[in-house]
Amino acid sequence: MAYIQGTSGEWEMVIGLEVHAQVISNAKLFSGASTTFGAAPNAQVSFVDAAFPGMLPVINETCVEQAVRTGLGLKAQINKVSVFDRKNYFYADLPAGYQISQYTQPIVGKGEILLDLADGTTRTVGITRLHLEQDAGKSLHDQSPNETYVDLNRSGVALMEIVSEPDMRSGEEAGAYLKKLRAILRYLGTCDGNMEEGSMRCDVNLSMRRKGDDTFGTRCEIKNVNSIRFVQQAIDYEAHRQVEVLESGGVIVQETRLWDTGKGITRSMRSKEDAHDYRYFPDPDLLPLVLDDAMIERVKNTLPELPDEKKARFIQDYGLKPYDASVLVAEKTSAAFFEAVAKGRDGKLAANWVTVELFGALNKLGKTIDESPLSADALGGLIDLITDETISGRIAKDVFEEMVATGKAAKDIVEEKGLKQITDTSAIEKTIDDILAANADKVAEYKGGKEKLFGFFVGQAMKATGGKANPGMVNQLLKKKLS
Amino acid sequence: MTKLTDLTIAQALEGLAAKEFSAVELTEAHIAAMDKARSLNAFITETPDLAREQAKASDARRAAGEAKDLDGIPLGMKDLYCTKGVRTTAASKILENFVPPYESTVSQKLADAGSVMLGKTTLDEFAMGSSGGTSAFGPAISPWSGPNPAEAERKLIPGGSSSGSSTAVSARLAMGATGTDTGGSIRQPASITGIVGMKPTYGRCSRWGIIAFASSLDQAGPMARSVSDTALMLRVMAGFDRKDSTSVDISVPNYMDALTKSVKGLKVGIPREYRLDGMNKDTEKLWDQSAAMLRDAGAEVVDISLPHTKYALPVYYIIAPAEASSNLARYDGVRFGLRETGETLDAMYEATRSEGFGKEVQRRILIGTYVLSAGYYDAYYRKAQRVRRLIRNDFLEAFRSCDVILAPATPGTAFAFGEKTGDPVQMYLEDVFTVTLNLAGLPGLCLPVGLSQEGLPIGMQLIGRAFDESTLFTAASALERAAAFSHKPPFTA
Amino acid sequence: MAIDQKTVAKIAHLARIRIPEAEQGSVASELSGILAWVEQLNEVNVEGVDPLASVNDASLRVRPDVVDDGGYASDILKNAPASTASFFTVPKVVE
Ligand SMILES: [Mg+2]
Ligand SMILES: [Zn+2]
Repeated sequence: MAYIQGTSGEWEMVIGLEVHAQVISNAKLFSGASTTFGAAPNAQVSFVDAAFPGMLPVINETCVEQAVRTGLGLKAQINKVSVFDRKNYFYADLPAGYQISQYTQPIVGKGEILLDLADGTTRTVGITRLHLEQDAGKSLHDQSPNETYVDLNRSGVALMEIVSEPDMRSGEEAGAYLKKLRAILRYLGTCDGNMEEGSMRCDVNLSMRRKGDDTFGTRCEIKNVNSIRFVQQAIDYEAHRQVEVLESGGVIVQETRLWDTGKGITRSMRSKEDAHDYRYFPDPDLLPLVLDDAMIERVKNTLPELPDEKKARFIQDYGLKPYDASVLVAEKTSAAFFEAVAKGRDGKLAANWVTVELFGALNKLGKTIDESPLSADALGGLIDLITDETISGRIAKDVFEEMVATGKAAKDIVEEKGLKQITDTSAIEKTIDDILAANADKVAEYKGGKEKLFGFFVGQAMKATGGKANPGMVNQLLKKKLS
Repeated sequence: MTKLTDLTIAQALEGLAAKEFSAVELTEAHIAAMDKARSLNAFITETPDLAREQAKASDARRAAGEAKDLDGIPLGMKDLYCTKGVRTTAASKILENFVPPYESTVSQKLADAGSVMLGKTTLDEFAMGSSGGTSAFGPAISPWSGPNPAEAERKLIPGGSSSGSSTAVSARLAMGATGTDTGGSIRQPASITGIVGMKPTYGRCSRWGIIAFASSLDQAGPMARSVSDTALMLRVMAGFDRKDSTSVDISVPNYMDALTKSVKGLKVGIPREYRLDGMNKDTEKLWDQSAAMLRDAGAEVVDISLPHTKYALPVYYIIAPAEASSNLARYDGVRFGLRETGETLDAMYEATRSEGFGKEVQRRILIGTYVLSAGYYDAYYRKAQRVRRLIRNDFLEAFRSCDVILAPATPGTAFAFGEKTGDPVQMYLEDVFTVTLNLAGLPGLCLPVGLSQEGLPIGMQLIGRAFDESTLFTAASALERAAAFSHKPPFTA
Repeated sequence: MAIDQKTVAKIAHLARIRIPEAEQGSVASELSGILAWVEQLNEVNVEGVDPLASVNDASLRVRPDVVDDGGYASDILKNAPASTASFFTVPKVVE
């Protein structure tokens, strides 16, 4: 837990997150218009999405299933009866003057998420609820000096609003929460988690209290934070701002604030001044949504292995350390890559090569695992050469670099460059004899008790063979000759 | 021979089939009538060219032996139904220039059945009213006002909100017309103008493409000059629609079969709570006579109780404005309709909506906003929904001891413009007998049974079980034969 | 519950309907009259009665996840009082 040191004492952050996750579906929540990103303005808009007179909503079956799937993935309660309400407010990109959302009876109730923290520990954060709702359109304020432009392509796209309990106490935990939630959504295939394109958006609720207090202070909601890094920055800024206000004798006004990425500050949002009277009521164009057990069961049966289960299995089956396991399962694709490499091989060795060497290389190249220049098979081939002692671990790192650079197979590189490990006893013996002969003085010192020199002889032998001598054999033979 | 404009739909279909006249001739007769009766203001938008085109196509179909159920029948379309390429206003300034790029499901079904659209009929703005007086394009005037209604001293209301439809049908400008009924907007104008109006069960007709007033109450329905004509029209208008989540997937019977059935053994309930103090004496008398006529035809008349009746109006005047306040939020000057200029977005909204909506619409939006707002929701909206359940339960209970319910459609006859406008609550009382059905979702049919002392039509309402329109048609048809209402308004075109 | 002028101003703003200050008083008494009338509902005992939101007993019907709508930006924009380059335009909004 990270406390903030104020002039009058230590302060604790209380953080809850509301995530809007765009449901993966072909069509919108209540219309047949497409959800694809990046179309020409108003090209993916039906009369329903633009709230033309007389238009009516009909719910998309897949969106409902995706919400149920997500609920099950969050180990949450699935509510067999849920209700769609209208949330009424005026805004240029809200065509109907109301958003169809779920208020008192959401489709998914309480659940939980396990955070994997950097120190290897975990922490549980409660999920309050998940509900289905429509996205609004998009307002562009910077296209003209005196007009705002409105594009309704997003209007009506299905969102899952996932609300956490106020269980987080630091920006780091908020970041871990978002990473974990994103991983779960991606595993489930219910949201692509792409924060840059806005398919996952986060509002932060933050209040401060004195260390040791167990009541909550007044909170502010920060909207429009569109990356995990910004979430952490916004929390940091807002926490300090609130502490400053509180310590100078002021009070926190409950309000909606906007994260200004350019300036790195939060500021009060003028357009949200009467946001507190939404006049929710059940949408009379829709009936209660009743889920049948068979449908829930069917979705349950198609759930994939989720990050926490995968992590446990990696620890169990491959003997990985919890931290390594959590790094590997963070992305479904890295976990799959690892498993392909580890299949029939030493799991720990495979994990090490994936998390250290491969991730290091990808990081340097600025690439994701899907764009890896090395296939799992290729990396496996390299590990095989280490395991069967064709090359040493030391040489393997050079071969790896060469593989990344040229895309060639490990075997071919070893072959071409003659990097095969020397395991011929007489050849290694000959090399050692030469070294001992050339360093008679050091041999004498060693024998005189300066045992540290053993490493020197090993080094000389490796150097003389260009690193190719089998290190185990060198050790063994040296010991014999020097005794 | 009877004038073409005096025929019922059923008679006209026979005449068309027998080649006694063509659809073009039938349509021209009605276009001429519309010209003659323009001062009644029954239409907001007339579409004679479209009508002629459709009539021609109808004749071609009939010649090819492909005539459909309503082929060649000229109808009026309430200007709440979106019609593709034809201006649709909801009688509001805010939609003065709105031309929908789509066609409502029900109007499409009527077009597919070969009917001819004469134009878009006048209504109360956004269907909010019981007189037709809130239209931004001027009110329709009842042909019962006198031989020259537009010059009459007391210009009578044609009822509302489907006021242009009731005017057009009673004045012989259209053979039938569509209406919508949220609290009585089909039955009350039908009653007041001496025609037949049918509000089907909620979910029977698609609401898709019909401009919403209060979504949980709105239903489309037919208005015509005979019970069988409304049956013919409903048969076409009704049916399941995937595009409306509240549309019910249940087959539509052939209502024509119901018309000739006997009412022998049918139990007709008379709700004692509908006998109000100060009720029009003629209405009361005709109510008793109607019950007697049904008894004479073989039905059994039983007393029933609908104990929460008096609370229906207050419930309605919470739920309907609440839903309307939200439904009408889309008229914001951004995507369609009127826009007034404003420096800021909010200023634009406020200028547009204050300028675009009439007084009654604004009043209901404000009431609706209030009853939904923080701190009042439970006391008003939620409370109203709970009483709504009690009202529905009353009917469910009543239908254990009867098959249809007989009651007046309105407490009185037509009044004149300006007579009930001072106090909105006085106007709201017009719906006292009709609104209960909307709250319960039940079908109701109003037909004329006689005239008052002053010579104004009085209608009776038959109320049925959900999706049992057939029994309503059976009872209504029997009552129609017995009452033999044949009065015409002092003015017909 | 009687509505005062301040409440009228508040709900009028929520509903984005401008009511000049001079008219707020009369609107307040008009609305108060309607509310006083609907308050006869207070007589009704609704204990244990569930609210009725819809007369349909059925559950919500679903639609398959198929793209079969949209793709007609010009129809969407045709009735717009103001638009530029396929965008709707409104007076500039300051967030
Ligand atoms: Mg929220
Ligand atoms: Zn939301």
